[in-house]
Amino acid sequence: MSEHIEVRRTAKLFIGGAFPRSESGRTYEVKSPEGKFIANVAQGSRKDARDAVTAARAIQPKWAGATAYNRGQILYRIAEMMEGRRAQFIDEVSPWAKSAKKAEAEVDEAIDRWIWFAGWSDKIAMVVGSSNPVAGPFFNFSVPEPTGVVAAIAPSRPSLLGLVDTIAPIIVSGNTVVVIASEDAPMAAVTLGEVLATSDLPGGVINILTGSYAEVAPWLASHMDVNAIDLSGVENEKVAADLEKAAAENLKRSLRPGIELDGLTRIKNWLELKTVWHPRGF
Amino acid sequence: MGLTSQAAASTFADETRTNASLTKFLHGLPGVDQVGADERAAMLSTRSIKTSAKAEGIDLAISMIDLTTLEGMDTAGKIKTLCAKAQRPDPFDPTTPSVAAVCVYGDKVAQAKSYLTGTSIQVAAVATAFPSGRASRAVKLLDTSDAVAQGADEIDMVIDRGAFLEGRYLDVFEEIQEVKVACKSAHLKVIFETGELRTYDNVRRASWLAMIAGADFIKTSTGKVAPAATLPVTLVMLQAIRDFHNAGQRKIGMKPAGGIRTTKDALRYLVLVKETLGDAWLTPDLFRLGASSVLNDLLMQRKKLQTGAYSGPDYVTVD
Repeated sequence: MSEHIEVRRTAKLFIGGAFPRSESGRTYEVKSPEGKFIANVAQGSRKDARDAVTAARAIQPKWAGATAYNRGQILYRIAEMMEGRRAQFIDEVSPWAKSAKKAEAEVDEAIDRWIWFAGWSDKIAMVVGSSNPVAGPFFNFSVPEPTGVVAAIAPSRPSLLGLVDTIAPIIVSGNTVVVIASEDAPMAAVTLGEVLATSDLPGGVINILTGSYAEVAPWLASHMDVNAIDLSGVENEKVAADLEKAAAENLKRSLRPGIELDGLTRIKNWLELKTVWHPRGF
Repeated sequence: MGLTSQAAASTFADETRTNASLTKFLHGLPGVDQVGADERAAMLSTRSIKTSAKAEGIDLAISMIDLTTLEGMDTAGKIKTLCAKAQRPDPFDPTTPSVAAVCVYGDKVAQAKSYLTGTSIQVAAVATAFPSGRASRAVKLLDTSDAVAQGADEIDMVIDRGAFLEGRYLDVFEEIQEVKVACKSAHLKVIFETGELRTYDNVRRASWLAMIAGADFIKTSTGKVAPAATLPVTLVMLQAIRDFHNAGQRKIGMKPAGGIRTTKDALRYLVLVKETLGDAWLTPDLFRLGASSVLNDLLMQRKKLQTGAYSGPDYVTVD
């Protein structure tokens, strides 16, 4: 047998359930904090973001229309698939983690997070929704509905846990998401895309872009077909302010950076309450 | 159009005398290099069109659209909204050009006409037992003259693909001629349903057959059969139009229809026309796009160029 030559992975984007290279053909070098070369990763462009929004929009009604039970099962399945790649994830977050132990802890927590959010899928409507007292012969209900297509900039650290914490509460209720992963530590995000592709998640529900958020995020913020934007990962205040301004054009629901939210509030943040009146029987 | 369709028929009088002579002529046309046609169409579709050229291309494409609704469920309300959209595709922006025509079934012509009086928008009707073309010639002619009597400016007829594939070219030829007579002053577009003709050679033969018989436009498909319009098929038809014109005949128009959904698709067709026939054909009088969903995409792209932000389907009308 001849000597095995290592077959290296091409780190690509995850759009519409497929793994395209960037439309621009660009890649960028990812290096460890010590300056060691790790990989060349696709550098997403505004057109990749546009394609991702198209994919996210196309699948959104179907994803929102799936039963809460089904969505929960799929989130659970994501955790299962991540578990199988645990060693790889640890390897990929460790250059940026303080210690090997911390890297392990981050990956385990990220897997657990999917389970935690999966459990919420068929309970959120009961917790957030309500039957309201009204002065008349009517039932009055408030029911939560997903906002639609959400754009998100994931925090740069922790690169995997931060990403999961961003996207899981968005999609659990039926939203779809276009997320820009940590720019300098994107390796775990690339692997997460490969996990999602094998988790029964319909293509387009989660779209992962790698590259510069300063370059791509403005196109998402100004995109008229995006309904909400999560700016959690934006570190530069000036950029955050500009993105908020652009997002205001079509009244996007925005989440400012630097706001700590618990998991349930994170889910609620991407819901709209619809209140309906229904005549009571005689 | 200096020369009349009668002139074409008389020029080709010998060829069109019998089915045998017509077959000999059509089968004597040079064969289409399939690989070459596919490659040329693919090569031209890689051309990148940006900024001001793109803006012009989008407006030109909008002005060439035959805004179409051909459904069993077409209501009076649907025709009304279609006609409103045809006049003002983007109600927020009066600089948006109106489309070239609306295309409906024959029984909806009078309605469409009434909503479009005082505009330059043409009303096109599909006729001759569209989309299958499976009816007797008498019915087809009646179908045509009925649409014309109701005020149709343009008639989109389908050829008898069965007869064509059986080699009864003269039957197809005579039918087009008779429909042309029934059209009176209305323009005649001849639909080949290229998806059913199987080969590019057949497409080239059908093109010549229709042009000699008196078609004003040749059109790829009904939109009811897949594959509908494709770039290579359109290229073959455009080349036939060019050769016909170079042979001293009239300028024939071209209408790809069906399957054109995005701005990119539309611009690719315009590139194909420009490269094959030149600027003279880049007018709604000689080139049309048979489509409806592409209009919304063109409007969204137009908005994107104006505002710099991507637009969305929430900001165009629902069809």
